Amino acid sequence: MSEAEAAAQTAEPQWVLPYRGTVGMATLIVAESAIFLIFVVAYLFYIGKSISGPTPREVLEMPIFASICLLSSSLTIHYALAALRKAQIGMFTALWFATFALGAIFIVATGLEWRHLIYEKGLTISTNLFGTTYYSLVGLHAFHVCVGLLGLLLGLLFALMGKVQAQHSEKAEVFSLYWHFVDAVWVVVFTVVYIVGR
Amino acid sequence: MATDSIALGAAARERRSITELLHEWVVTVDHKKIGLMYIFYALFFLIVAGLEATVIRIQLIVPNNHFVSPQVFNRMMTMHGTTMIFFVAMPLLFGMGNYLVPIMIGARDMAFPRLNAWSFWVMAFGGLLLYFSFLGGSGLYGAGSAPDVGWFAYAPLTSLPFSPGHSTDFWTLGILVSGFGSIGTAVNFIATIVCMRCKGMTMGRMPLLAWLMLVTAALVILAVSPLTAAQAMLMLDRYVGSHFFDTQAGGSAVVWMHFFWIFGHPEVYVLIMPCFGFISEIIPVFSRKPIFGYPVMVGASVCIAFVSLSVWAHHMFTVGMDSYANSFFTISTLIVGIPTGIKIFNWLATMWGGKLIFKAPMLFSIAFLFQFLIAGLTGVMLAAAPFDWQLGNSYFVVAHFHYVIVGGILFSVFGAFYYWYPKVTGRMYNEWLARLHFVLFVIGFHLTFDFMHIPGLLGMPRRIYTYEAGRGWETWNLIVTIGVLFQALGILAFVANLAWSWFKGRPAGNDPWDAWTLEWSTVSPPPAYNFAEVPAVHSRRPLWDLKHPEDPDWKYE
Repeated sequence: MSEAEAAAQTAEPQWVLPYRGTVGMATLIVAESAIFLIFVVAYLFYIGKSISGPTPREVLEMPIFASICLLSSSLTIHYALAALRKAQIGMFTALWFATFALGAIFIVATGLEWRHLIYEKGLTISTNLFGTTYYSLVGLHAFHVCVGLLGLLLGLLFALMGKVQAQHSEKAEVFSLYWHFVDAVWVVVFTVVYIVGR
Repeated sequence: MATDSIALGAAARERRSITELLHEWVVTVDHKKIGLMYIFYALFFLIVAGLEATVIRIQLIVPNNHFVSPQVFNRMMTMHGTTMIFFVAMPLLFGMGNYLVPIMIGARDMAFPRLNAWSFWVMAFGGLLLYFSFLGGSGLYGAGSAPDVGWFAYAPLTSLPFSPGHSTDFWTLGILVSGFGSIGTAVNFIATIVCMRCKGMTMGRMPLLAWLMLVTAALVILAVSPLTAAQAMLMLDRYVGSHFFDTQAGGSAVVWMHFFWIFGHPEVYVLIMPCFGFISEIIPVFSRKPIFGYPVMVGASVCIAFVSLSVWAHHMFTVGMDSYANSFFTISTLIVGIPTGIKIFNWLATMWGGKLIFKAPMLFSIAFLFQFLIAGLTGVMLAAAPFDWQLGNSYFVVAHFHYVIVGGILFSVFGAFYYWYPKVTGRMYNEWLARLHFVLFVIGFHLTFDFMHIPGLLGMPRRIYTYEAGRGWETWNLIVTIGVLFQALGILAFVANLAWSWFKGRPAGNDPWDAWTLEWSTVSPPPAYNFAEVPAVHSRRPLWDLKHPEDPDWKYE
C-alpha cells in the first residue's frame, strides 16, 4: 500500500505554482482595462455629438514628442530589469531614473497641453461633450501615469539608498508590468483621441 | 489531534479586555477573521435592509395607504436594493469565500493578506458612507435624506437639477468605494487560487467551491470595473459639470443604462456562482456520493460566466432597441439556460441513488434546487423580448429576481451557514431551531414571492407608492405582506440559533459530517495558521483517501 502511495507521489510532477505578484498584477490589469474600455467606448460613442464647439479638429495637436518619451520608457524599464537580474545595480539605477524622467516629461507635456486648451482654446470639461470625454479619458490615463511615477520614485529612492539587490527583480518585474500596461493604454488613447477622434 | 483542539480552545477562551480584542480584530490580516467580519457586517445590513423591505410591504398592504410618505417610500426602496446587493450579498459571499477558500485549497492564508484587510475596510466604509446619507444627504439644504433614485439610478434623475443635495453623491461614493474593495478581493481570490494551492491540488482536484469562487472573482473583475468607471462619470457630471449623461448637452441617458447593466447582469452571476459552490459541496456530503460530472460542472460554470457578459441589455427591452439588438439579447439570455440546466441535472444525479441525509444544510439545498429552477423559468419567460414588453417594470419582474436572490442565493447561503457553522465555531447548531427556520422561511418565501407574480401579471408596476382599490391587486398584496411576517420570524430563529449555539451548542468535533474536503481535516475552529502541517492531496476527496486507505479515490481519477 505504502509503496503504491509512494509511487503515486513520485509520479507527481514537481509542484511549482506561478508567482502571486505576477498573477495579482495581471488580474489588476484586466480590471483596469475594463475601466479604460468603458471610457474609450464613451469617447467613441460621443464623437461628433457635441452641440457646441470647439471641435477636436480645431484645437487638438498630436503630442508626438510626449508619446515617444512615454513609449520609450517601456524600453528603459525593460533594460533596467535586465540589469537588475545581472546584479548591475548602477546600470539599473540609471535606467530606472531614465524611465522616471521620460514618464515625468510625458506628464509635464500633458499638463502644458491642458493649459493650452483651457486658457487659449477655452475648452474645459464642462464646455461640451468633446471636453467631457477628452479630459476624462486622457485624465484617467494621466492619473495612472502619476501613480506609476510615484512607484518609480519609490524604487529610485530605494536604489539610491542602496536597498535594491538582484533578489528584488521579481517584485520590480511586477511593477514593470503595470508600467508597460500604462504605455500600452496610451497607444489606444492616442489612436482614439488623436487619430479616430479628429 | 483531540488534545490539540482542547488546548487551542482553552487558549482562545482566555479572558482579554475589550480593547485588546477590538485591537486584535481591527488590525487582523487573518483570512478567517476577515471572513467573519465580512459575515457579521453583512448580517447586520441584512437586518437593516430587511426592515426597509418591511416598510415597503407595510405601505403596500392595503390600497390608498399612507404608512410612509412617497418620499420615504422611494428612499426605502432605493436603500433596500442598494444595501442588499452591495452590502449584504457581496460581503456575505466574499466573507464565506475568504474563510473557506484558503482552507479548502490547503493554504495558510490568502495570497495578499493585507490587501484582504484593506478590501474589507474599504467596503465597510463604503456602507457607512451610504448610510451616512440619512444624516448628511441634503447637506446645508435642510433635513437629511437618503438616496431616492432607485438602485440602478437611471439618468437624468441623478443629475443635479433632479437630485439636489448630496443624497445621490453618497449613493455614488458608497458604491464606488465598495467597488474598489470588491476588485481588491477579486484580485486576491484569483491570486490565491492560482498560486497558493497545496501540493497535489491541481486545478482538476480543487473543490468546486474554490472553482466557483475563481469564476466569481473573474466576473467581479470584468463587471465591477465598468460600474466603477460609470460611477466616476456620474461623479464628474455632478461635481465638475461634465455631460456624460446630460441629454441637454447631447449626452445620453441610455449610455448610463448600458454601463449600469454591463455591471448589473453579470452581478447576478457574481452572487449566484458562490451559491452553486455551496450547493456543490453540501449535496454530495449529504447524499454520501461524490459530485456527479465534476468536469462538466466546471465547464458549465465557466460557460455561464462567459455568456453572462453578453446578456445585459435584456434589462432594456422596454427602453426601445432595434430588432437586431432585441434578437441578440433574447437569444444570448436563453443560452444561459443550457449550462444552468446541466448544473441542475448534475445535482439531481448526485442525489440519485444516494443515501440522503435530511439535515438543515440539505433541506436548504433541496429548496434551492426547486426555487432556483422556477426562478430560471420565469427568467426564460422574461428573456423573450415580446413577453418582456408586456411585463417589464411590473411586479412580475420584482417577483422573478427576488425568486433568484431570496429563493436561490439566500437559501443556499443559509444552507452554507448551517453546514460550516460547526467548523467555524467548533459547536453544533441546534437542529430543531434550524428546521423551524427552514419551515418558517419556506412558508414566508412562497407566500411573498409566489403571490407577487400575480399582481405583476395584472399590471401592477414596480416601485409604485400606492394603488387604488378595485383593480384586483388588494388580496395579492395582503398575502405578499403576510409572508414577510413569516420570513422575519424565520430570520429571528436563524439569528437566535447562531447566537445560542455559539455559547451553548454541543462541541462538534473536527468533522461532524464525515465530509471529504480539506477544511474538515483541521481542528474546529481552525487555528490562525490553518494546518499544523501543510497537506498534500492526491484526489478530489483528500479526506476520503485518509479515511479509506484501502480504496482511495486517486486510483480511479
